[in-house]
Amino acid sequence: MKKLMFTTALALIASASAHADTVVVVTSFPQDLTNPFKAAFEAAHPEHTLEVVSRNTNASVAYLQETRNSNTTDLFWASAPDAFEVLKSEGLLANVGISVEGIPDAVGGYPINDPDGYYYGFAASGYGIMYNTRYVAANGLPVAEEWDDLMRAEYNGHVAMSSPSRSGTTHLTVETLLQGDGWEEGWAKWKWISGNMNTVTERSFGVPDAVNSGSTGFGIVIDFFGLASNASGFPVELVYPSLTAIVPANIGIVANAPNSQGAQDFVEFVLSPEGQRVLLNPAIMRLPVNPEVYEDVPEGFPNPFSEDFAPGAIAFDVDKSGARYNLVNSLFDVMITYRLNDLRAAVAAVQAAEAVHADSDNAEALALIAEARALVEALPITEEQSLDPSYAGVFQISRVSADVAVVGRQAEVEQAWDGFTVANYAKAKELADRAAAMR
Amino acid sequence: MSDIPQSARSAGRFTLFPRLSGVAITGILIAIFLMAFLVLPVIQVIYVAFLDAQSGTMTFQNFRDFFNTSLFRESFVNSFYVSAMSVVFATIIALPLAYITTRFNFAGSAIIQSLGFIPLIMPPFVGAVAMSLLFGRNGTVNLLLDQYFGFKVPFMEGLNGVIFVQSIHYFPFILINLSASLRNIDRSMEEAAQNLGSSGMRMFRRIVFPLAMPGYLAGAALVFIKVFDDLGTPLLLNVNTMLAPQAYLRITGVGINDPMGYVISFILVAFSIFALWTSFLFMRGKDYATVQKGGGGLSKRDLAPREKLVAWAVILFILALVLAPHFGLMLLAFGTIWSFSPLPDGFTLQHFGTVFTTSSQYIWNTILYAGTAAILDVILGVAIAYIVLRTGLIGRKWLDYMATAALAVPGVVLGIGYLRMFHGVQLPFGLGQMSSFWGLIIVALAVRRLPYALRACMAALQQVALSLEEAAESLGANKSSTVRRIVVPLMTGGILAGFVTSFATAAVELSATIMLVGRASDAPLAYGIYLYMQSPAGRGAGAALGILAVVIVALGTYLSQRIIEKDRNRRAAAPGAEQ
Repeated sequence: MKKLMFTTALALIASASAHADTVVVVTSFPQDLTNPFKAAFEAAHPEHTLEVVSRNTNASVAYLQETRNSNTTDLFWASAPDAFEVLKSEGLLANVGISVEGIPDAVGGYPINDPDGYYYGFAASGYGIMYNTRYVAANGLPVAEEWDDLMRAEYNGHVAMSSPSRSGTTHLTVETLLQGDGWEEGWAKWKWISGNMNTVTERSFGVPDAVNSGSTGFGIVIDFFGLASNASGFPVELVYPSLTAIVPANIGIVANAPNSQGAQDFVEFVLSPEGQRVLLNPAIMRLPVNPEVYEDVPEGFPNPFSEDFAPGAIAFDVDKSGARYNLVNSLFDVMITYRLNDLRAAVAAVQAAEAVHADSDNAEALALIAEARALVEALPITEEQSLDPSYAGVFQISRVSADVAVVGRQAEVEQAWDGFTVANYAKAKELADRAAAMR
Repeated sequence: MSDIPQSARSAGRFTLFPRLSGVAITGILIAIFLMAFLVLPVIQVIYVAFLDAQSGTMTFQNFRDFFNTSLFRESFVNSFYVSAMSVVFATIIALPLAYITTRFNFAGSAIIQSLGFIPLIMPPFVGAVAMSLLFGRNGTVNLLLDQYFGFKVPFMEGLNGVIFVQSIHYFPFILINLSASLRNIDRSMEEAAQNLGSSGMRMFRRIVFPLAMPGYLAGAALVFIKVFDDLGTPLLLNVNTMLAPQAYLRITGVGINDPMGYVISFILVAFSIFALWTSFLFMRGKDYATVQKGGGGLSKRDLAPREKLVAWAVILFILALVLAPHFGLMLLAFGTIWSFSPLPDGFTLQHFGTVFTTSSQYIWNTILYAGTAAILDVILGVAIAYIVLRTGLIGRKWLDYMATAALAVPGVVLGIGYLRMFHGVQLPFGLGQMSSFWGLIIVALAVRRLPYALRACMAALQQVALSLEEAAESLGANKSSTVRRIVVPLMTGGILAGFVTSFATAAVELSATIMLVGRASDAPLAYGIYLYMQSPAGRGAGAALGILAVVIVALGTYLSQRIIEKDRNRRAAAPGAEQ
């Protein structure tokens, strides 16, 4: 053991002395992505060594916040744009002009690069529905191709997704539907889909895991999870609904980077056609943001710049999303994640009542069902409130500006929502049960 | 809590008797260690619970909010229910195993004791996947049940699922502590009972089990607190309405600064200390010390052939149940694709090849980190147990409370606390930043696993009669040589139990280390598993790494078991012993 400690100490000293040429990147990406990039970058720039420190997004952000006084990290490299927004707003990212020639301004309605130049999109990812073919066959289910399909009663208990507060990319899907379909319509859709869920996972990777192992049939996932699972041999497929969010995964240089030149070289490499081609590696499967690369992609590889890709893609309003970011997460958790059992009971009751009265004209029962549906869909707040800084500010303590008077506390607000939601779900179930009992 | 060092120091001032001063100094050193590496880092993070979220002033409003929120009240009740039921089921699993292996001459006792320990080593992520592949909605068991009988059993759904998984995960705490206790029971007590006509279940209920109470309670308290504070299992089953997941979800969101997460953490710590204190109350005024050590616990008898059959049946059933997750892990590590089918599609050695060619440094790091941390833990554990139980040092109970509170501190909180405290501190000898120095990982592991070692040492010391120490002292031995030559040897079983528990659980710990790992070459196994599990292709390799972790720990446990057995045989051979 002594020898081991000694060699470790030696290795540490050696690596400390070699620090000058090392580019340190903190990332949430898996080795499958980082290793090919490391190899390609070191081949193109022999003067640099890339040192990859893997942490999940939350831990990375906390790490960069805590170590800001004596920063040892050059780059932050992760999917979720909101993590970069947090770092940017706290002054933890550097603004160095990097040439982004050849890369369009937007993909699928979402701006690729930070307009202020603090971080750069390097790969696009769309959201889709991933399904297990064996599961689907065994349960005799049709393939769900649109978000609306997942609301149907036949999918009850067959769907999974992760919570938007846990996964920045899930958040964007939720927000996309809220913007595409409108606040009330969008939330109603999420509630009916969630009523069919058997689980809301805590990690975003929990969803592909559940679909891969067949514990759930359909998962709402970011595309590369489905594409990479398929590439590693799992019996899964991925479909893109026509309304999808295309979200760039990003890279940014940390403020006061010890090796600023190396960091710039790496960003430029990642954005170059040569670096972009690394993304086509079957274990990575992310969509390059440089359209030039699509000239030599394999047949059937999705191209987000093509006309027929996701025709329903909306122009994503980043400011709107940012203003209510934490509020939407919190509202989703209160209404869906934490009360999933109540929601499922209510949705199942409504579905059962609708099945009983599928082609009846019992006006009383249909009125009860309509009332139950309205109760499930009811929202404790309006869209105006969600965008009101003095209300939404309750949820974003660290980023609220000093001149906005914030009313109330998060726990207080959430308790009010929770009471409202639980009572509505219980009432909806009762009404639906009553309707189902009428024949 | 800030008055602890003062009280310890003031105790130092009162050391009129020279023989006490060594103890006092030890106590103060331990207090300083715990303050620096547990209390202060945690306070750095958790004081947010007392701040007004908007204005930053001191307030108790957050605590009022906690009790006014129905979700939190419900979570509290759920957590309590799950913890209590897990203790019950863990007892049902552990009791027969402990009793049969210590009470009867039973072939393979050592193997059962080692295997019964394995469930504690559930590698992060892959353990969860393996469990759901076996017991999940469409796991092996349910697919087969559905195919042949047309129904499914929701093993892993809701609160009952949490109880199921927790019981088979944490019962070794009871098994290991109860076995150590049973081995230490004074045989003369048993003989006296037999002379008075007691036997069978009655004797077990009235004499044997009560005498093993220190060990049982130590184990049960650990199970209770651990389940109460555990994040992993509720999260893997996606049960959110419990306290620990609520705290975690609220602390770790990107850019979220919800004080409720810290309030819940504070309440978790406070409640854990309260649970511990209750178990103390229960033990107070009872004397479990045993004078005779040579007898080596209960007399063992042979089983009649019929009894043997029953015993084997019980043990095999329990082992099959509790080792199922590891069997699943094995299938995952050797399997190719495993999806919606009772068994993997095919088998391969490729995952182990990947692990051995690219990840061997994780294995050595884990042995180094977990081993050093566990040694630190038993040293601290023995010292604290001795100070608490044998000395009159003022504030000594607080050493115990502080160390045990580590159980309830979420790993993320400790990790962030360390970064906050130690980042920017430069170490001498070219070791670089303190927060990215691998030694800090060892300290974090030691602090997080100290409660396990401490409970085992406490239970062991409670069973050592004071009169033995007094005898040593009256024969002229001073305090330190009494501890060294009498107390510690008599505690061997408990100390080893503590070492093994700390080592095994430290070997698969992730939540604090993930914050502290500075570079991949310094990373332990659990971090390697995390890296693999970020991609679908890494599932098999992650499982292979998990299997290696289990094998390492099993070997360690088996060796310790051998040492205990040897030690017992050596003592049994001493004069005064039968056989």
